[in-house]
Amino acid sequence: MPGIMEMFFNLDIMAQAWPLLLQGLWMTLRLCSVVIGLGLVGGLLLALAATSPRRWLSWPVMALIDLMRALPPLVLLIFVYSGIPFAGVEMSPFVAVAVAFLLNNSAYYAEVYRAGLQSVPAGQSEAARATGLSKAQMLGHVVIPQAVRNVLPDLLSNTIEVVKLTSLASVVSLSELLYQANMARSVTYNSSPLVLAAAIYLVLLWPMVRLVSRYQRKLAL
Amino acid sequence: MAQTPMLEITALEKRFGTVEVLRSIDLKVGRGELVFVIGPSGSGKSTMLRCCNRLEEPTSGSIFIDGRNIVNCPAAELNRLRLQTGMVFQGFHLYPHMSVVRNVMLAQIKALKRDKVTARTRAMDMLDRVGLAHKADAMPSELSGGQQQRVAIARALALNPKVMLFDEPTSALDPELVGSVLKVMKDLRAEGMTMLVVSHEMAFAREAADRVVFMDGGVVVEQGPPEAIFGNPQHDRTRAFLSRVSHHAGAE
Amino acid sequence: MNAPAGFQRFVEVFFDGAIIDRYLPDLLSAMVTTLWLGAIIIVTGVAVGLVLACLRSLQVWWLTVPIVMFADILRALPPLVLILIFYFGLPGLGVMMSGPLVLFIVLAAVLAAFCEEIFWAGLTALPRGQWEAGRATGMSFAQTLIWVALPQAVRMGVPSLVNRSLAITKMTALGSVIGVKEVLAVSSSAQAMSGSATPLTMAAAAYLAIFLPAVILARWLERRFSWKV
Ligand SMILES: Nc1ncnc2c1ncn2[C@@H]1O[C@H](COP(=O)(O)OP(=O)(O)OP(=O)(O)O)[C@@H](O)[C@H]1O
Ligand SMILES: [Mg+2]
Repeated sequence: MPGIMEMFFNLDIMAQAWPLLLQGLWMTLRLCSVVIGLGLVGGLLLALAATSPRRWLSWPVMALIDLMRALPPLVLLIFVYSGIPFAGVEMSPFVAVAVAFLLNNSAYYAEVYRAGLQSVPAGQSEAARATGLSKAQMLGHVVIPQAVRNVLPDLLSNTIEVVKLTSLASVVSLSELLYQANMARSVTYNSSPLVLAAAIYLVLLWPMVRLVSRYQRKLAL
Repeated sequence: MAQTPMLEITALEKRFGTVEVLRSIDLKVGRGELVFVIGPSGSGKSTMLRCCNRLEEPTSGSIFIDGRNIVNCPAAELNRLRLQTGMVFQGFHLYPHMSVVRNVMLAQIKALKRDKVTARTRAMDMLDRVGLAHKADAMPSELSGGQQQRVAIARALALNPKVMLFDEPTSALDPELVGSVLKVMKDLRAEGMTMLVVSHEMAFAREAADRVVFMDGGVVVEQGPPEAIFGNPQHDRTRAFLSRVSHHAGAE
Repeated sequence: MNAPAGFQRFVEVFFDGAIIDRYLPDLLSAMVTTLWLGAIIIVTGVAVGLVLACLRSLQVWWLTVPIVMFADILRALPPLVLILIFYFGLPGLGVMMSGPLVLFIVLAAVLAAFCEEIFWAGLTALPRGQWEAGRATGMSFAQTLIWVALPQAVRMGVPSLVNRSLAITKMTALGSVIGVKEVLAVSSSAQAMSGSATPLTMAAAAYLAIFLPAVILARWLERRFSWKV
């Protein structure tokens, strides 16, 4: 029976798998930058729509957000990835994955922004309007900056979730970090590549996790 | 035995790290006495009070309650010992997730092991005593500050304490609510409760205190009957403090 | 492709009645699997998180250090990585675990990590006076923790707890990767066998049936617990 070191922390195998994992990491980072970048913007737009006083706008958007929150991201991913081609739409795997995650994450970012927008006292927008700012100027210069500052820890926390989420792309064979690690595992019959991938995720995310904890405690106090 | 004071502090010292906050404090509170502690901010009044139920650990010295030294009391007995002192905080500290009557019942059940019926009866008696029996089922957030503080007094009284400790019980209250809390304290005195009160209510001290203690810089500067302290203070520091306070009161 | 024909094809591919009939029983039993897995993950995760937060409140370093490490690592790692390591790695050490067991252990542990943080944040946010009021009335540390501090910490954490429990219960869909016969696994294999997208629609509908009420409940709880103490 091989030991734990041999099976999980085998340096030789890790060294062999390293170039493969590095390629995967690159793909993961590309995916993250697209999903996080567009998610941050899309989420804000959705949140502005969801908090709009016009019900014909806010209600459908809220319904869409709840729909996305109710579907597991993997289901959304498989639906987009293997369902959409049935409808005759061609997409590269990268685009399909990005679209699915974006649908999921814009909804989560929107929820965070919405809480932020609601945390800004009404007096702030009234004061802005009273001093002659247009609606867009009021949002851009007064309301949104305060809203974002109030929910910065939650935005960060959601961003951590996005990075973790991209590991699901391995299920549809997009060659991101976890996919590469799992390939290496099945070739070498050894779990060390998975452990190495876990270590990479830790290095990437642990500082952010600490930051969120620190932040949240400070806000709470 | 009847002659021993209810609360006696001797040679009490308290340091936070290297900062000396209390130095050789000696203080006696006789049975049924109401002793008032005054002094500038940061003089150590709260710290002294909190040593009396060991919310703060004294660095050295002794504190006797009803003849028993609580400073060398083992940690295991601390909870029973704290039942002998009732503490009322500046910020009330009612439990916001419980109704008023449950606030008054909780420690009776958990610390005194009273059964629920006894605890509720006692709680209602105490609430009645502070004039709030009709609010028994309200939540603390539905009460005014003065009402909350009276509930906090009832919560402490329900445990049959030998001494009541008050740390600025009225300074978080709007002026028009102060009177209701002071009235409860006056009633308590009439019933013979022993009380040690930190407060800036000078008029109340003049009227109700048996003795006034002036603290500054972690020491007891002087003490005596209210007429003596207010009418004829012996120390410069006392005079300076009193004139500051009365100026302030006069300006209002 | 003209519009009506396109629409008809769309309906056939995504809402094929015959296929719905054929796979509905399988899907219903898969829903039961998803539901009970979700239930035991929530119960275990929240309970373990609560116990860990209580142990952490004792503030002794040999409890705090492992608890913080556990919470940090499980919050930083993608659950799928852990699932793969447990499912494919442990048999190499002679430890065999079924797919559902691996899924349960990993997701309950991840939820426990998040819950510990939520409860702990609530405990540290509690004004010190609440602790002092409890201790001053002669209650022990444990009694004050249980009757005064925890109820308030839990109440503060309810919206986050509900959201986090939901997010992690939805991850039972990851079971499809390691052969757990839950909703996604059953409908994916149905899709492969039938060559129709309809089972995927059914999966989406099944998840909506389970989680949409939960999302709406979460909204309600959030409003209810947000400003009132
Ligand atoms: N936990 C602590 N750690 C360090 N220093 C403390 C602590 N608690 C109190 N002190 C210091 O001890 C001194 C006395 O504080 P204390 O609260 O007893 O004063 P006080 O007379 O009650 O003042 P106030 O009228 O403002 O309530 C202050 O200088 C304060 O900064
Ligand atoms: Mg004080």
